[in-house]
Amino acid sequence: MHLVYPVVIAALLFAVGMYGVLARRNAILVLMSVELMLNAVNLNLVVFDMRWADRLHGGQVLTLFVIVLAAAEVGIGLALVLLIYRNRRTVDVDRLRALAEGDPDPDLDVGAMTDDEGTRR
Amino acid sequence: MIVVAAVAVVLPFAAAFVGMLFGHTASHLLSPLARRLRAPKPGTARRGALVLARRMPANGPALIAVLPVAASTVLTAVLAADQLRSPGTHVGTLTRIPTGTVPIALSLHVDGLASVVAFLVCCVALAVQVYSVAYMRDDPRYSSYAAFVSLFTAAMLLVVLSGDLLVLYAGWEVMGICSYFLIGHYWHDRATSRAAVKAFLVTRLGDVGFLFGIFVLGMAAHSFELRVVLGRLPLMSHTALLAGTLLLLCGVAGKSAQFPLHTWLPDAMAGPTPISALIHAATMVAAGVYVVARLYPAFWFAPTSLAVLGVIAAISMLGAALAALAQDDLKRVLAYSTISQLAYMAAGLAVGTRDGAVFHLLAHGAFKALLFLGAGCVIVTVGSNMMSAMGGLRLAMPVTFWSMTVGFAALAGIPPASGFFSKDTILSQAWQATHRTRSPAFHSYAYTPVRRLGPVHPPRGNGVVDSEGYSFALRHIVHGAPPAIPSWVAWLVLVTGLATAVVTAAYATRTWLVTFFGEKRSDFRPREAAPLMSWPVAVLAVPSLLLGFVGPFSERLRPEWGMAVVSLLCAAAGAGGVYLVWNNDPALDPVRLLGPLRPVLRAAFYVDTAYDVAIVRPVRALARLVVRADARIVDAGVEGSGRGARRLGGLLRATENGNAQAYVSGLFAGMVLIVIAVVVLT
Repeated sequence: MHLVYPVVIAALLFAVGMYGVLARRNAILVLMSVELMLNAVNLNLVVFDMRWADRLHGGQVLTLFVIVLAAAEVGIGLALVLLIYRNRRTVDVDRLRALAEGDPDPDLDVGAMTDDEGTRR
Repeated sequence: MIVVAAVAVVLPFAAAFVGMLFGHTASHLLSPLARRLRAPKPGTARRGALVLARRMPANGPALIAVLPVAASTVLTAVLAADQLRSPGTHVGTLTRIPTGTVPIALSLHVDGLASVVAFLVCCVALAVQVYSVAYMRDDPRYSSYAAFVSLFTAAMLLVVLSGDLLVLYAGWEVMGICSYFLIGHYWHDRATSRAAVKAFLVTRLGDVGFLFGIFVLGMAAHSFELRVVLGRLPLMSHTALLAGTLLLLCGVAGKSAQFPLHTWLPDAMAGPTPISALIHAATMVAAGVYVVARLYPAFWFAPTSLAVLGVIAAISMLGAALAALAQDDLKRVLAYSTISQLAYMAAGLAVGTRDGAVFHLLAHGAFKALLFLGAGCVIVTVGSNMMSAMGGLRLAMPVTFWSMTVGFAALAGIPPASGFFSKDTILSQAWQATHRTRSPAFHSYAYTPVRRLGPVHPPRGNGVVDSEGYSFALRHIVHGAPPAIPSWVAWLVLVTGLATAVVTAAYATRTWLVTFFGEKRSDFRPREAAPLMSWPVAVLAVPSLLLGFVGPFSERLRPEWGMAVVSLLCAAAGAGGVYLVWNNDPALDPVRLLGPLRPVLRAAFYVDTAYDVAIVRPVRALARLVVRADARIVDAGVEGSGRGARRLGGLLRATENGNAQAYVSGLFAGMVLIVIAVVVLT
């Protein structure tokens, strides 16, 4: 089998995964897309392992590792999604903006100007 | 003797710290004892003094303040008695602090001058502390007040007894800061805190000169020790002596409130009255005169400085006396009279009678403390500082009246009070100075070719005193070879001195009459002040009356009868004139005769206004300019750079919107760019 077919399939899989990560709004689908990208890499590993006929089959071994890691990662990812859903009642990544700072106010340095009771000095 | 002197200095110092920290604790500890004492025993007459004595033990700050000063008074009395029995100079050095160049010696220097002045300081401080117990009874900050008075006493004793110029300067500055705190005791009053700041700034102006004067003398002598400096005076160059003494005069004018720097003293009367008595009349302001007396040999070798001192003294003497004549505030009258009397002392030093000046310093310390404390009694009774509110207190306040009568007599120079003798010594010395040429002693030492051409000896180690120079200085200065001041200065001092005697008698009589005679001019209940207040006044009347009789029995202070008659005639003219005017209409103030001159004198020749226009306002304008420049230029630069950085950051901030997918897109785009770059470039 010509090397080009599996590699192209892997590239397509990766592209689909990338698209899913960048474009989907549902966090679970984003996780699934990450899985697609991982599996594209796995496919490449297996294909090139066959191509170079590695004695130790390092590529295949590495693939097994990646599958295990992916399982663990999905477990953690799904747990995060569950917790976020419990707290926020949504898994829409567009609305999960807690990574950004609050609304910037150039004249007010909130942290320095309030005391323990939170009143302005 | 040195140990006695050291303990006398340290006791009030310790009292200041203990009083500041534990004053109220002591009150609590003592209260059970006091309660037991206060319980009236059967059969004991409840006289006023006993009641007060029973109340005393509960007042911790008062005990902490009074007892150490009383002990110091006893110790300095021992010092003075020892000097009387066997005059001599005792110097004791605790240690020398190496500074890299000239070491500072922690030493005390006790001689006749120092011990007598120290005794005066302790006596006045004791009287003032006792008086303050009653005067400040209801003051919530009495504890810190008493502690500052103790600290002041310690600092003044340090100035008087110090054997090292820099240690003297330390005491001098501590006095300044105590004066600042005590003038500003009622700091919540705006005028009072301003007066405190003014006093501090004006004296500080002089102190800068004073410090540099010490440096000049100390560097020229290669030592700051008093004895060494005095001993090496003949070896110093004339320039160093002249510069050093002129710079010292700056400090003297500031501290002793002489002409260009006198404006702080009348304002300093905003402080509590006992403070005016202690610091701004009897002791601290005398420190300037004392320092000149202490370093008199240096001035003796620089007669030009003495001439400058004489001119300053002449101006201050007459100007302040005239200003005192027109004041309405009783304390300001006494303040201007203090300036005038200090000028007498300075004039005495200028015309060459150190003993006369110190004699007047002692007499003035006694009678001016008496006058201020008496004025405090009057003010407490009347409830106002203004003489236009007083009058008719003669019968109601007998103790205060008779004591203050003695004080005013001493001030005006009426015999037999002390001021007559001391003032006369100065005036007669001025008369002698008018008709003498340069002193032969000065020629023999200062202008001999041997001295001019001879090599200037290098300093012979720090402890070694140039005994030849020291004994020369002592021989000629103490034994009355007068300095070579120009005769016109002596004439100036003499004429203004006599004119001042007239004016002094006039304002003393006027104040006496307006305060104690006639009808009372406002609504108050005339009664004698509390015993703790009137007794110190009465006690101070004794030295005010009798101290002068030291003069006739002393070799160098003996009055000259011709000059005595002249000055007595002057005083009689002033007093009699005022009495005649007052007798016409006792209800009116005799100063009304001054007419259009009165506001001029009342404003003290508008010196304050002139300073305000010439110095205060330009400095304030400059300060405002600096503030504006700071706000518009420096601050604007700093804030502008901050704001610019924030705005630039705002641009970057737009990308950080919290959307994880946008971040990943950026990551991916970056990776694509890198890959393309790698492919294209390789």
